Amino acid sequence: MKQFQGRVVVAGECRAEALVSHGGFNTLASYQMAIMFGDKQVKCGDQNNADLYKKPMIGKALCLPQTIGSTTGGMVLFTVCALDKAPACMLFSKPIDSLAASGAILGEVWTENKMPVVDSLGDEFLDYVHTGMTVSVGAGGVVTVED
Amino acid sequence: MILTPEQQAMLNGEQGEIMAKIVRTLVMYGDAFGAERMVPVTSQYGHTVISFGLEVMKPVYDLYDQIIAAGIPEGQKFTADPKPLDPKVPSSLLEDIVFKKIMYTQQERYEEQLRKLGITNDDDYTCTCYLEQVGNLPKKGDVLSWAESSAVVYANSVLGARCNRNSGMIELMGSIAGFVPEFGLLTDVGRKATWVVEVKCKHKPEAQLLGSAIGMKVMEEVPYVKGLDRWLGNELNEEARSYLKDFGAATASNGAVGLYHIEGLTPEAVEEGEQLIAEGAQVYVIDDEELQRVKDAYPVIWKNPEARPQMAFVGCPHLTLQQLKDWTDKLGDELRKTGRSKVAVPTVFTASTPVIKEFEQTMDAYRLKKYGVVLSYICPLMYMNNPLCKKKAVITCSNKLRTYTSARYYTEDEILHIISGGRV
Repeated sequence: MKQFQGRVVVAGECRAEALVSHGGFNTLASYQMAIMFGDKQVKCGDQNNADLYKKPMIGKALCLPQTIGSTTGGMVLFTVCALDKAPACMLFSKPIDSLAASGAILGEVWTENKMPVVDSLGDEFLDYVHTGMTVSVGAGGVVTVED
Repeated sequence: MILTPEQQAMLNGEQGEIMAKIVRTLVMYGDAFGAERMVPVTSQYGHTVISFGLEVMKPVYDLYDQIIAAGIPEGQKFTADPKPLDPKVPSSLLEDIVFKKIMYTQQERYEEQLRKLGITNDDDYTCTCYLEQVGNLPKKGDVLSWAESSAVVYANSVLGARCNRNSGMIELMGSIAGFVPEFGLLTDVGRKATWVVEVKCKHKPEAQLLGSAIGMKVMEEVPYVKGLDRWLGNELNEEARSYLKDFGAATASNGAVGLYHIEGLTPEAVEEGEQLIAEGAQVYVIDDEELQRVKDAYPVIWKNPEARPQMAFVGCPHLTLQQLKDWTDKLGDELRKTGRSKVAVPTVFTASTPVIKEFEQTMDAYRLKKYGVVLSYICPLMYMNNPLCKKKAVITCSNKLRTYTSARYYTEDEILHIISGGRV
């Protein structure tokens, strides 16, 4: 078990299975097919992301460096929040990017969905956490990775 | 963040609950990046990335209904990204059913919403809103509330305007409120280059391939690119602007670049030179071998990688008037070489409606039609955004389209060769 201290972008607590992307998470490419065609598991459709491609994303603790790609990204994240298809939380090793922040904030202000978001967890966080591990998000941006 | 009394009043609900939520969204957005204040949006027009009425995006349109119903005072007028449908673009009966009955069921509803929210014109659906024919052309130093990654990176880099890589929805909220949080690319510090890219190619690099390589390397950081003057010169003329439009779109979609500086060419690089380079900037050297490595690494996700191309898209981002003319000339030459009168692969060139209207006044439009090319205002990305297209062997010279869809990337010369009946 190891704890990491990050910065709270959207407050909240949760415990979920980790899904780890070591490369930039392309929000549009990852979600577009899954949400458009009602994929209940919300499998990642980004062919360029070998870590996540075809893996279910709903309800996972999505661990990533940052998001990349189209500026529809925030709208897409807002939509997955509104449709209850969001990850359990988003955990960024780097400072959050503007598109991910937009989506998380739109979800927080305009929907009932609660998706805690913590950023600046550091490169060591992404080195340590692996897909399948259990991750807890506590108060004040403390993230615990259980072995 | 310190708000003005007027902004604080809006946040407190003096202009209603919906405006308070819009301002709260913008304040939280700014807080996430340490913004200390809001700054006025100074451009004449906004630009929204959302141009499509997708069934699955109903929550977005429901939210816009709330804004319209609240009677929010009209904000800045805006242009929008290209539409997802155009009857001129070839599609099967099954695709038509999927497009109209399953996917884009909200299109009419959404276009009506945009009229109420302030779209400039029903023709102004394009990702290249900054072209003179469209007229959404910010001045240097203007603060924008735009979204559309390729337009934002162009406005920042080529026009010297100031805009963050805003998301869809946030950009409209900035246009409505009339202010945006000041951080990132709105600040002098945020516009410093943290990468130096040295282009050492023997030949002029393909714009969308070079942009892809740089985007993948620097991600969201700001590159200062050296060595392009051999091909682009030191004047931001039509040819250079077109090149940078395509280059920038690839940096923004293959990475997350919102601003680049081209030595001796883009406005801030001309004014400030290497003073724009931040201390400790990293260096990326690109030569022909590196570009080939990047191109060879693109995955081919066609069901049958050896399939014959069934369709070609050229124009993501939308083509300029000069690019349309150049493609027509080059296609004519290539068809003569292969002894054909029409393209061998169904081909769609895309441009904004105002550009298409101007192009149609020229003889080139007649020639392009004779060659069998469809000219459309459609968004190729939206067109391909369905599982039926995944089974289709679509080719493109757009690295943005490649990134988001199953389209296979070829260079412009390769695309010309293939659509003219040549073999790869």
